[in-house]
Amino acid sequence: METRKTIWIYRHSLPVRIGHWINAVALVILIMSGLQIFNAHPLLYWGNRSDGNEALLSIRPVRMENGEIKGITTVFGRSFDTTGILGYSDQTARAFPSWATIPGPRWLAMGRQWHLFFAWIFVLTGLMYLIYAMLSRHLTQDLVPKQWELRGLGQAIKDHFLLRHAEGGGASPYNVLQKLAYLSVLLVLGPLMLLTGLSMSPMIDAAFPWLLPPLGGRQGARTLHFIACFSFVGFIAIHVVQVLITGFFNNMRSMLTGWFASKGTRHEV
Amino acid sequence: MKSRYLARRQVLKSAAGVAGSLVLSGCDNLSRNDWFRNVLEHTEALTERVQRALTPRNALAKEYAESEISALFPSNGNSDPGTEEYAELAQQDFAKWRLVIGGLVLNPVELSLAALKEMPSRTQITRHDCVEGWSAIGKWTGVPLGDLMHQVQPMPAARYAVFYCADIDEQGVAYYESMGLEDLYHPQTILAYELNGKPLDVPHGAPIRLRFERQLGYKHAKYIMSIKLVDSLVGIGDGRGGYWEDQGYEWYAGI
Repeated sequence: METRKTIWIYRHSLPVRIGHWINAVALVILIMSGLQIFNAHPLLYWGNRSDGNEALLSIRPVRMENGEIKGITTVFGRSFDTTGILGYSDQTARAFPSWATIPGPRWLAMGRQWHLFFAWIFVLTGLMYLIYAMLSRHLTQDLVPKQWELRGLGQAIKDHFLLRHAEGGGASPYNVLQKLAYLSVLLVLGPLMLLTGLSMSPMIDAAFPWLLPPLGGRQGARTLHFIACFSFVGFIAIHVVQVLITGFFNNMRSMLTGWFASKGTRHEV
Repeated sequence: MKSRYLARRQVLKSAAGVAGSLVLSGCDNLSRNDWFRNVLEHTEALTERVQRALTPRNALAKEYAESEISALFPSNGNSDPGTEEYAELAQQDFAKWRLVIGGLVLNPVELSLAALKEMPSRTQITRHDCVEGWSAIGKWTGVPLGDLMHQVQPMPAARYAVFYCADIDEQGVAYYESMGLEDLYHPQTILAYELNGKPLDVPHGAPIRLRFERQLGYKHAKYIMSIKLVDSLVGIGDGRGGYWEDQGYEWYAGI
């Protein structure tokens, strides 16, 4: 006889849960205070100088001939009207709107204080998580995809787009796409964020002069920091949607208490 | 059915809006809370300690090639002190200007611009990183501040040099900056009187401005009138070590 029974799986260990929530908060604050800092000079460049006519991106308020002010975003020389969100919002000339920045009003000094404080929290928590993941073998057992999983990557992507979510393969709670996503955040996006952030520090540049050239110079590093920021925004958006559609309460329970309810199939005589 | 769906969506939307604005106004309230600001401000000491430990004392800021100099070097902050005294000095090409170095020193001095220009100079092409996010590269020539320090001989009690400037903001608050003793002797710390081979002009801080390489632009004080060595920053301005520091920017601006 075949019955479906709920199997309780202890899915997330305490260090993982604590690290997850600390960094969830820190990351949101870092993004929003980072946009506050960006607003102080809403242009991006490549290289070491910020010559205005060579900006890759600019978000600017522009007064039209009829006196109306519009927010104009220019990317690689192509301009878009982004009034209401970028460049001009709530009758204020500002790149990102007040609902997207910490603090809300224009306040660079405070934005920096929020940003640098939570940067420490984020980096130290990330580092402790990485060490824990290596020592507890969470990294090798749960996060690094197995050979057979990588062979099934095409099918996994197809299933994902059809919203057929696998609970995970073998002993790992994660499916292959989750593994690749988490690994690239942990080993690529996070370190890139840290390095591009640090390399904007003139003191760090003096201590480690080799750091800046491969990052495209001081302004290149600032641009990469911005791109990495929006990669994180994209990651968070997909992550939150996945959490919502694959059983919100079960997912939340497992990230809060550790326990995940699996509707596994059991064969009983 | 549709209206119920819409109503539910409306409720969800307003709930999200309320939650969002609660969080946001919470952040803004925290930004004005003394206890929370005090917590955030501890970051500065930690960052400075770690960065100083990682950076050799005399590690140089990168120096660039002539070809990398910015066509236009922005003059941020004040571009003219605008006071009568300063206008008079500028009119006479600063012939009557004297740099006063005093405070906790054994040999206080008063130096004319000509006297400064006769001293051994240093020329450096460096990158200026503004706290706002932009960068510009310029060629600066000036007197190493360390040489001047050897001349005036700070007393053992001296811990900071305070730079008093000619510029005053709309509220009448005078611009000033300060630097810890160890950075005074950094080889790239100079009192610059030339930018890109020409005498420093008014927008860029004539007659001299500080070059405080390895820290952000607001530390590079313009229009310097006098330098005073002190044992504490208390009682100067709002006591936080500089015009911008008094408005919440970090005194240690290495990041």
